[in-house]
Amino acid sequence: MNYSLLLQHYDLLLIGAELTVVMTVGSVTLGVILGTVLGLMRLSAYRPVRWLAGLYLQIFRGTPMLLQICFLYFALPQIFGPTIWSNPFLPDAALAGIVALGLNSGAYIAEIIRSGIQGVDVGQTEAARALGLSHFQTMELVVMPQAFRRVIPPLCNEFIVLLKDTSLVSAIGAKELMYQARAMGAKYYEYFVFMVGAAIVYFCLTFVLTRVSGYIERRLAVSD
Amino acid sequence: MIKVSGLHKHFGANHVLKGIDLEVPQGAVYCIIGPSGSGKSTLLRCMNLLERPDKGHVFIDGKDITAAGHDVDLLRTEAGMVFQRFNLFPHMTVLGNVTLAPVKVRKIPKKDAEKQAYEVLRRVGLEEKALAYPRQLSGGQQQRVAIARALVMKPKLFLFDEPTSALDPELVGEVLDVMKDMAKEGATMVVVTHEMQFAGEVADEVVFMDEGAIVEMGPPGVMFSRPENPRTKAFLDRIL
Ligand SMILES: Nc1ncnc2c1ncn2[C@@H]1O[C@H](COP(=O)(O)OP(=O)(O)OP(=O)(O)O)[C@@H](O)[C@H]1O
Ligand SMILES: [Mg+2]
Repeated sequence: MNYSLLLQHYDLLLIGAELTVVMTVGSVTLGVILGTVLGLMRLSAYRPVRWLAGLYLQIFRGTPMLLQICFLYFALPQIFGPTIWSNPFLPDAALAGIVALGLNSGAYIAEIIRSGIQGVDVGQTEAARALGLSHFQTMELVVMPQAFRRVIPPLCNEFIVLLKDTSLVSAIGAKELMYQARAMGAKYYEYFVFMVGAAIVYFCLTFVLTRVSGYIERRLAVSD
Repeated sequence: MIKVSGLHKHFGANHVLKGIDLEVPQGAVYCIIGPSGSGKSTLLRCMNLLERPDKGHVFIDGKDITAAGHDVDLLRTEAGMVFQRFNLFPHMTVLGNVTLAPVKVRKIPKKDAEKQAYEVLRRVGLEEKALAYPRQLSGGQQQRVAIARALVMKPKLFLFDEPTSALDPELVGEVLDVMKDMAKEGATMVVVTHEMQFAGEVADEVVFMDEGAIVEMGPPGVMFSRPENPRTKAFLDRIL
């Protein structure tokens, strides 16, 4: 096993790691926005709205992530044209991956948001409504700020899960960390070395995230 | 001031209010008593539309608030409500709790709202706690803040749902004192309570509810010493 190859090519792993981080941040952002909307829809007073969100959750949690990624990257262009993923910022596959991961995590984050909101005492809503606040004001000023504290820890966890799941996007050729490791491994027929190298980088990234989320949780606990 | 007529409420198959008629004149204090599950809270909640009655009407100052086409959010400000479990907003200071509705509902400038907030906090004796958070206060103090939060909106009447039931016995007095002051100053109050001494001292009328209906009502002197209905008598015997 030739570990010096790692030293020689570590820059490629870091370039891959950079795309991994970009894709994680992109998909988390999309997932949080989408998940918030879906989570609120799940709590809507209107049955069709709840149903629609429920259907979305069923679909995205009931099919493999890898299938969703491939569907967006290979299947959608057959309907909407081969250039739908073209953009000036990112490789096509990376963008498709971000959107796929974002859509998928949105379904999971929706449940985090829903249970976070439902965990806020109904007395809070009643007190706010009794004071004359509208439904929207009650959500914005009373329920959401309290739900926020409750959802931060599970959201941090989702962040970590997503970071690891970006490796699936290597299947459609996004040159992130996993892709780089496989490509280098194949090139030198030294899979072991490059897989260990990628594992170390993934581990470092998740380790930092775990530490940051632990810190945030402790801060929230103190101010409670 | 507030008039309830022919009020019915169901929760599913559970017929909780079975035709309630009640009129509370301006400046009067009505205490509602009755066993658990008799519908006291539900009646109170119908009075500010936290619960929608299935049938019947609620009039405040002659206006039918149950009629369609009203701005329900605005109507709720006509009645200030104080809950058993205080329900202060834990992420806001006392001042934030008290100024929230004036600023967001009445659209009063923040400075003015704060001035009014300090005034009502002084009335409940908690001016110096304005910048504290609810968790830093005792139960009795929290409930007094909740009363201040209702007072600052200058509602036409106040609805209290067992305001002292969640308090340690030694903290009940300070809350009742604030309520007595309000009564003295002419506030119209509907109070669900188990505090018979308070009812005896302050209430103009005591209303006994059982199984979703008003069984009997009358001045406390009469109700407590010689109730007519055997159910009222049985209930009072149990708790007095
Ligand atoms: N939101 C609700 N959904 C379903 N049933 C309800 C709801 N609120 C109250 N009930 C039912 O209505 C009945 C009357 O309840 P209510 O809270 O008005 O009684 P109460 O007289 O205030 O009792 P307590 O002294 O225990 O507070 C009870 O049987 C209760 O289970
Ligand atoms: Mg009750």
